[in-house]
Amino acid sequence: MCLITVDQSQSTLLSIFSQEYQKQIKRTHAKHHTAEAIETYYQRYLNGVMKNAAAPVLLDLANEVDFAPSLMARIVLERFLQEKEQAIPSKTLISSMLRDPSQIPDGVLANQVYQCTVNDCCYGPLVDCIKHAVGHEHEVLLREMLLEKNLSFIAEDQLRAKGYDKTPDFILEVPVAVEGHIIHWIESKASFGDESSHQAYLQDQFWSYWNRFGPGLVIYWYGFIEELDCHRERGILLKDCFPTDIVTLRHSMAQR
Amino acid sequence: FSIDVFKMLDLGVSVNHIHDKLASLSSLQKDFVPFLLNFLREQTSQILTNGPSTPAKTPNSKAHGSQRTGSERRTGHASSSRVQLFSPRTSVTASLPVRRGRRRGSSSVGASGRQGARDLGCSLAEEEDGKSDSASWSGGRRKSSGAPLVSARSPPSQLNLNNLEEFPPMGAASGWAKSKPSRRINPTPVSAERPLSKPKTCFTSTPVSRSPAAHWSAGSSPEAFAAVQEGNLSSVMSNSLQEEREMLKKERYSLRISFDPGTPTKPSYTRSASLPAESHLVTCANPAKVSCKKQLECLAQLYSSCIAENLVPNIFLELFFVLQLLTSKGTSTAEDGDSDPEINVSGRQHFESVHNCVYFAVRVLDYQFEIISHLEKGMLKLLAENERISSFSPTLHKRLRQAYESSTAKVSLLLPCSVQSVSFQPETDNRSNFPSDRAFQVFKKQRDIFYELLREWEDNHEKTVWDFERVLGSKIRAMMAHLSATCNHSRFARLFQKQLIQMCKGPIGGGASWGDTPDQDVLNMLGSDNLSRLKRLQERFVVPQSIRGPCPPPSFPGCQQFFRDFILSAGSYQFNQHLVDSLCLKILELNGLTLVEHDHSDGETDMEEQDEKKRFTVALLSLRLLAKFLGFIVFLPYRTAEQPAGDMPDSALVLRNQTLPVLDILKLLRQSIRDQRSILTIPWIVEYLSLVDHVAPFLDYYRKVFGLLLLMVLSEDKEMSFLNKLLILAVLGWLFQVELFLLCCILSAFPSFSHQDFVPLVDQQLLYTCCPYLSELRKLLASFVAGSGGKNGGFIRKITPTAAESLAPKASVTQQKLQVDLEQAFFHNQPPSLRRTVEFVAERVGSNCVKHIKATLVADLVQRAEAMLQDKVKEEDVNHDKLLEEVCTHLYEEGAQALIKGREFCKKKGPEAVRVLLPEETSAAVLSSAESIAVELATEKACGWLSANIAALIKREVKATFNRMLKVPGFPLPGVDAVELRRDCPPGCQHCAPFPSQMINEIKYVLCVAVGPREEGEVVDYVWLECLLGRLSQTLRCRKFMCPTAEQQLAKCTVELASLLVSDRVPLSLGIKSSEKSPERLRGKNDPTSGLLKLLFSIWKEDFGTSVPVQLIFSKKNVGYLTEAKQREWDLFLFLLHGLTEHELMRTSEIQSCLHSLEELPWPSVSN
Repeated sequence: MCLITVDQSQSTLLSIFSQEYQKQIKRTHAKHHTAEAIETYYQRYLNGVMKNAAAPVLLDLANEVDFAPSLMARIVLERFLQEKEQAIPSKTLISSMLRDPSQIPDGVLANQVYQCTVNDCCYGPLVDCIKHAVGHEHEVLLREMLLEKNLSFIAEDQLRAKGYDKTPDFILEVPVAVEGHIIHWIESKASFGDESSHQAYLQDQFWSYWNRFGPGLVIYWYGFIEELDCHRERGILLKDCFPTDIVTLRHSMAQR
Repeated sequence: FSIDVFKMLDLGVSVNHIHDKLASLSSLQKDFVPFLLNFLREQTSQILTNGPSTPAKTPNSKAHGSQRTGSERRTGHASSSRVQLFSPRTSVTASLPVRRGRRRGSSSVGASGRQGARDLGCSLAEEEDGKSDSASWSGGRRKSSGAPLVSARSPPSQLNLNNLEEFPPMGAASGWAKSKPSRRINPTPVSAERPLSKPKTCFTSTPVSRSPAAHWSAGSSPEAFAAVQEGNLSSVMSNSLQEEREMLKKERYSLRISFDPGTPTKPSYTRSASLPAESHLVTCANPAKVSCKKQLECLAQLYSSCIAENLVPNIFLELFFVLQLLTSKGTSTAEDGDSDPEINVSGRQHFESVHNCVYFAVRVLDYQFEIISHLEKGMLKLLAENERISSFSPTLHKRLRQAYESSTAKVSLLLPCSVQSVSFQPETDNRSNFPSDRAFQVFKKQRDIFYELLREWEDNHEKTVWDFERVLGSKIRAMMAHLSATCNHSRFARLFQKQLIQMCKGPIGGGASWGDTPDQDVLNMLGSDNLSRLKRLQERFVVPQSIRGPCPPPSFPGCQQFFRDFILSAGSYQFNQHLVDSLCLKILELNGLTLVEHDHSDGETDMEEQDEKKRFTVALLSLRLLAKFLGFIVFLPYRTAEQPAGDMPDSALVLRNQTLPVLDILKLLRQSIRDQRSILTIPWIVEYLSLVDHVAPFLDYYRKVFGLLLLMVLSEDKEMSFLNKLLILAVLGWLFQVELFLLCCILSAFPSFSHQDFVPLVDQQLLYTCCPYLSELRKLLASFVAGSGGKNGGFIRKITPTAAESLAPKASVTQQKLQVDLEQAFFHNQPPSLRRTVEFVAERVGSNCVKHIKATLVADLVQRAEAMLQDKVKEEDVNHDKLLEEVCTHLYEEGAQALIKGREFCKKKGPEAVRVLLPEETSAAVLSSAESIAVELATEKACGWLSANIAALIKREVKATFNRMLKVPGFPLPGVDAVELRRDCPPGCQHCAPFPSQMINEIKYVLCVAVGPREEGEVVDYVWLECLLGRLSQTLRCRKFMCPTAEQQLAKCTVELASLLVSDRVPLSLGIKSSEKSPERLRGKNDPTSGLLKLLFSIWKEDFGTSVPVQLIFSKKNVGYLTEAKQREWDLFLFLLHGLTEHELMRTSEIQSCLHSLEELPWPSVSN
């Protein structure tokens, strides 16, 4: 199998950048969602498009106040719909409109919103999709490696079909030992493992997997902060690549 | 052996015939044993009291009580109440002879014997009382489990358990006499000078109470006590006995005098005396210096007979006492005696010198060699190496040596296992097992929270400042509230119970300290050599080496603490109820394992035997654990700190006598005795009973249970394996000691209860209670029980599968019954392994059959349903529920095939499995019968389940699939063709195409530039874009890394791109050639943009596996772009429309309708 090698260090940097940016957005999220802020943004948008509908009003506004363009588009869209429908619009409706701005009843706003989502580097349906695709691609890569190593597994979709409530990417049908630690499952993370994301993953995913399937392995393809790999004894192992030191039940496969 | 009460009584009565010595004293027999034991204790008190124990003053019992923490049951017996309990004694006993005549067998039983037992029992209970103070499990706030505090007890009696030199832990510290420094953790004895060192009317090897008040309650003068006793005695005693007792009494008084605090004979004991410092005091025991040999020999014989005939409730207690004597060291008083050996005449002590004590001990050990030889190897080693034994009895020494050398009974403790989770099992844990999505989601969260709590506890509970309730209490209660809201208690209780077994059945956490074979995994990893070393090292660290006392109160060591505290902090009635259900269920399941006497003739291998023993051990350990928690919860509501005062018990009794116990342990106990599997049942019932509240033992029900258990001790079952017997005796001995006070109360408070038959026996049990090494011996016993079964009719375990509900009533009931009977008959004369195999096969095949049907038939149906649903769901405004119902109804008919297929499956697989599993030599007839029974059972199981559940199963699966279908990100919106063409990579694909994520990223960039805002002169290179589309084509052709969302996004993005292209929004840079209008621009053939569009047509048509939302071109937004464009772009738009129809991406009619709908939109008045 050959694969297009993405420049690892660049991806790592991008991943770290994205995480830092998201942290910053999370910090300021509340500030941009006060009633006053929303009103201000909406009025500025209205004024802006009144002057020149073709100008990147929303995008400029987002950049000016240091907020993600997609999220700014969401704020203004929500406000717009609220005024139009005289009711709080559902989240699904808004998301759907962000995904497909053609559904937005106002042509100018549709253009503005589309411009925002297309120009956003960390949020929005396009970025979400890219992230999803990247994750999927790494899962496929991991699956390839497992097949190559002859390790039989149950993949996430099969697990879901069986009704598992929490599903790692792969559960090994026969556990193996990686670097001396027994693992039952492998989770692929196409991102950099920084402290906050790792904590969140531990809480939402990794411990839950442990609670159900026992110890397991997490692969952060774009690397991770070494100090985070501190739960090995307890049953969460971190790696930034597919492990080489694998011992199976019958025979050693080390150094393959 | 069918032991009923009468048989038991016979056994009790048969005391008469037990021994010549006893027989000769038949009129005294009931009194004799207690007196003998008391006599021994008293006699030896001097020699063993060199390190005195109990504090001098008599503390206020009330004050003592108030210090106790709430919920420890035994803790709260106020000493004062005890006095009252004893006070009606005289009348009680006086009335007994009248009653006993009614009962067979009891006539020979002297009431005074009972009385003696009662005296003894009560004082022991008092000791218990103080002791249990330390083991409070109140409220989960106290982290001290018994261990550390237990070691703080100091015996009230002459025995100083805290002195390691005197009481070396069993199985350790050989050659104490050589004053080898103990490597054990020193216990912390609470001791003080005991100025009123009173002789004990009871024997108490028990290390006990920090509260001397417990022994001498109000008006605690020895005279008062004696007076009470005398009163009793005189009312019932025969003359000869009276004389004897008078003698003994005199002796006691003389002892008392000798122990008077005023007499300076007794050196004060100070705790600071370190072991090595003390060791030089050890007298060298010399056989030549033994006095009164004849008397000692006589006593040793009498004593040994009592032990041999189970007249002592706890043989290990007696052994402990004997070992104490063996290892006693002389006091100065005793040394004085040495110089004058012949002074000991009647009325003086026979045990005043170390030499005499050792002589006696060695004699008894010699008599008890059978028991000793069954002890653990380390213990035998210590005995074999004991210098005193070798010098006093070379023969015994030799026998011990031989026993040691031939012994294989090594006891080892398992490594403590780390926390493991209970695995998620889709069959029981997936969404379909929950009534609602919410319940499922909540439980999902609760599971994670539970383990989070567990991890937190694991990390922190040993820290001093950490407090369970404070840190975890509110979290647990919040969790309970959530569970209540969704009625998920039973599920959580099951998880809780499973986790409990997972974590606590091991020796350390479980506290039971049963030996087991080492974990095979660990063994493989370390190699057996390293492992055994590691284990020895580990044991030294983790196994408490201090003496915890012969009879520690029930406690929750290790991980059990977490579960106990969890229950207490949760304080949830619902949870407790469900947990009780779950525990009972599991207990019944485990207890239901049939123990079949091992038949050697059927050629079962050792391996199988070992497996069975191992399984038995696991079952027994789990049962004990579960039963302890069951007892804990069941009696929790009634737990009081103090013994209920006044009429309280009566009213409580009246009511509680009306209620039925959650688990009918009496029935189970009787069954187990009848079925000869009490070895499995008694140990866990003992655990359960060890947690009874104050009142429960007074209930008719529990009185019967206790009575039956007491009788068990006397049951001399010759057929029973020696070690099995030892185990039962040990656990019962422990229980009686722990519950002694309660039993005592039963007898005192209910003199007239109808089960008088038990009374004499109770007396005897109560009399002989003390067992220093019990916990140690239990460890030994476990492995012995597990390791000895084979030879002595050991037990094997059999899984009795639950009978499946029969399917259609094809045969009449009688026919069915006949079939069942025939089947039973068939198995009757076959080796048990045949039955196990058949039942096992049936169970597995049946289960596999259901799984197979699910995976094949049901899966097919679900797939078809999915296709049907996918078609219909696109119709606008469909009612999903109704749709689902419709589709499912379609499938139910075909679901009926499941039974046919199920039968086929079982018929095929059953015989295969049976044939493989049964011995090759099985006769053809037997084999075919076995096969057909297995098939029958499997079919019954599988089809029974299927016929009842297939419709529900189909519906469930279809529904789940449908929900997933609706939830799939990017699930096509109504109006968008959803049929995804499943495709493979083109032949010979190297999977080298760019990743989809990369393509989206690049197209996003183009869109960015097109949508703007853009820098001055920012352009998109035409060739690059062309190339991009080329790569996109590759990416789409290779299916390996493609996922639906990515593909849909790409489709959407390319449509957007096309719209932007035809609107001239993409600033293409064409290099040298400018895009000046050509004559043929109408068709757009040479226009660079049209080239790109052509590429896009081809990609949309050929490469996409998903449908391309080309209609988005006509969206208001995109048409809006167009309206702002110049004439040329309208040409391109026309080109686009032609292309769409030519490539059959849209039909003309579709385009027309799209254009029509555009007309309905409000357009600016000015248009091009």
